Amino acid sequence: MSKLTLTTEGDTHVVVTRRFSAPPELVYRAHTEPALLQQWLLGPEGWTMPVCIMEARPGGRIRYEWSDGNGNGFHITGEVLEAVTSTRLKHVERMHLPDPTPDNHVETQFALDGEGTLMTMRMTLPDEETRTMMLATGMEHGMEASYARLESLHHAMKVWITQR
Amino acid sequence: MFMLYNIYIMILADAAFFALADSTRRAILVRLAQGDATVAELKEPFAISQPAVSRHLKVLEAAGLISRRAQGASRPCHLEAKGFESIDRWLSTMRETMELNFTRLDNVLQQMPSTAPTSC
Repeated sequence: MSKLTLTTEGDTHVVVTRRFSAPPELVYRAHTEPALLQQWLLGPEGWTMPVCIMEARPGGRIRYEWSDGNGNGFHITGEVLEAVTSTRLKHVERMHLPDPTPDNHVETQFALDGEGTLMTMRMTLPDEETRTMMLATGMEHGMEASYARLESLHHAMKVWITQR
Repeated sequence: MFMLYNIYIMILADAAFFALADSTRRAILVRLAQGDATVAELKEPFAISQPAVSRHLKVLEAAGLISRRAQGASRPCHLEAKGFESIDRWLSTMRETMELNFTRLDNVLQQMPSTAPTSC
């Protein structure tokens, strides 16, 4: 079983690597074709992805919606910045709670590794200024409802993970 | 994606990341790891004002990384180890979720024909 590595780079980035035995062409397709994304980008068992829009070209649209089948769900939107077939994807995304969260910049590289693929994903955490702003104003301006929703989602996920 | 969801659990669940993103605050935590200290004692190594130190302590306290006993004018600060748990929890939740997704992806990839036409 291929092992995932997850590290933080300072307090601004998270870097994830994962090796797949399939070649980059297929791993890239699995990240860019909705019919394939809907089969794996799901989170805990029991969740589905009723909406999956992914236009893998610069300026292309991203919209993913997830549901646990019990009325819990959320969605993200985003834009593709760069899409080099079988090689690299760059995009931005944000959650809607329903207020949009700050943009998260993600760069995903697909590198040939023997006969398989080494995938490297680099995500940008919100910068200190953004986090300061969110922490300072979010509470004052009634993000409680959004936070409560996040907590209930987090709880639903944790309950599933501990029951696995 | 769930990775982003987990990032917002990080923001939601803890001001700890923010608290740790400052070298003065990190140095304060190192000092407190050696034992409780008052605000005046904590200020000593730094060329900043007492109000500035107090602001840093407020951030650390809001993040649950330190606690302060109300003991008159000199309120000793205490390192709270459980404040660091939220970061670990976020990282492990993210890791678990991604491992689930990638295990599924392994299965999806296995079922794909190896010479498939690509559409650009």
